[in-house]
Amino acid sequence: MIFQDYVFYALAAILLFAGLRVITARNPVHAALFLVLAFFTAAGIWLLLEAEFLAIALVLVYVGAVMVLFLFVVMMLDINLDKLREGFWNALPIALPIGLLMAAEMVMILGSKHFSPDMMSTPTPRPAGYSNTAELGRQLYTDYLLPFELASVVLLVAIVAAIALTLRERKDSKFIDPAEQVKVKRADRIRIVSMPSEKEIIPVTAEAVEEKKK
Amino acid sequence: MSVGLSHYLILGSLLFAISVIGIFLNRKNVIVLLMAIELMLLAVNMNFIAFSHYLNDIAGQVFVFFILTVAAAESAIGLAILVLLFRNLKTINVDDLDRLKG
Repeated sequence: MIFQDYVFYALAAILLFAGLRVITARNPVHAALFLVLAFFTAAGIWLLLEAEFLAIALVLVYVGAVMVLFLFVVMMLDINLDKLREGFWNALPIALPIGLLMAAEMVMILGSKHFSPDMMSTPTPRPAGYSNTAELGRQLYTDYLLPFELASVVLLVAIVAAIALTLRERKDSKFIDPAEQVKVKRADRIRIVSMPSEKEIIPVTAEAVEEKKK
Repeated sequence: MSVGLSHYLILGSLLFAISVIGIFLNRKNVIVLLMAIELMLLAVNMNFIAFSHYLNDIAGQVFVFFILTVAAAESAIGLAILVLLFRNLKTINVDDLDRLKG
């Protein structure tokens, strides 16, 4: 065992623990924070695999943006937790065998000799001047240029969709519409009524009539 | 036992199995369902990067790049739909979300 192996086992243990806590945490805020921990440890494992750019991108994009979005949404919604947790463990008799079966099958295949260190030897470490980011960028802007542009279109669609979905006009809010203000005509604001000029009228009351009779 | 490709792949498969169990357990809570899907994508990305490292081929990392992009878009739209659902129905319980009518 070399030092990297110990680091791998430690990070893998933390990652699996965080994953378990994500799916079992009672409070969704805790689940989101454990997911952040899972992403951080996954970034550490990717660093062991010499994928430096993606490890940093995982922390920046996922922890910095997506998980903050999750936290915002979780904290914004007023959720009745008791109702959501009702019968939480009822599905375990189905879920656990399926999960264990999947894991056992995959471990049997992946643990076979085809993926063992004898067949797939550890590649020699890159020289000191090697830049993973530069290599990834070179690939993205040459062989994968069209998919790269399509990815930007996907992001644009996501922006438009997310804004269009959540945009709403409150009925009770009062606001000024500048376009309406600029377009206003004289007729909208004042109305000239033609009427005769006022004359002084002496009011005739019942008491005055009575006095005249006397 | 020194760490080889199979260790990374098994770690990814265990993470994937955990998130499958999580989808079963949290079948009522849409937010945690979305988080379990993020965990699944992480497990898949782990496989891609492990193979990219051991086969000495950078294409795996390019694919992870695209998966990250699509996953970010997916979670943004998913959370927007979730906010909209909560605003209209005052619940995120999957059992109550049985109508297409807004």
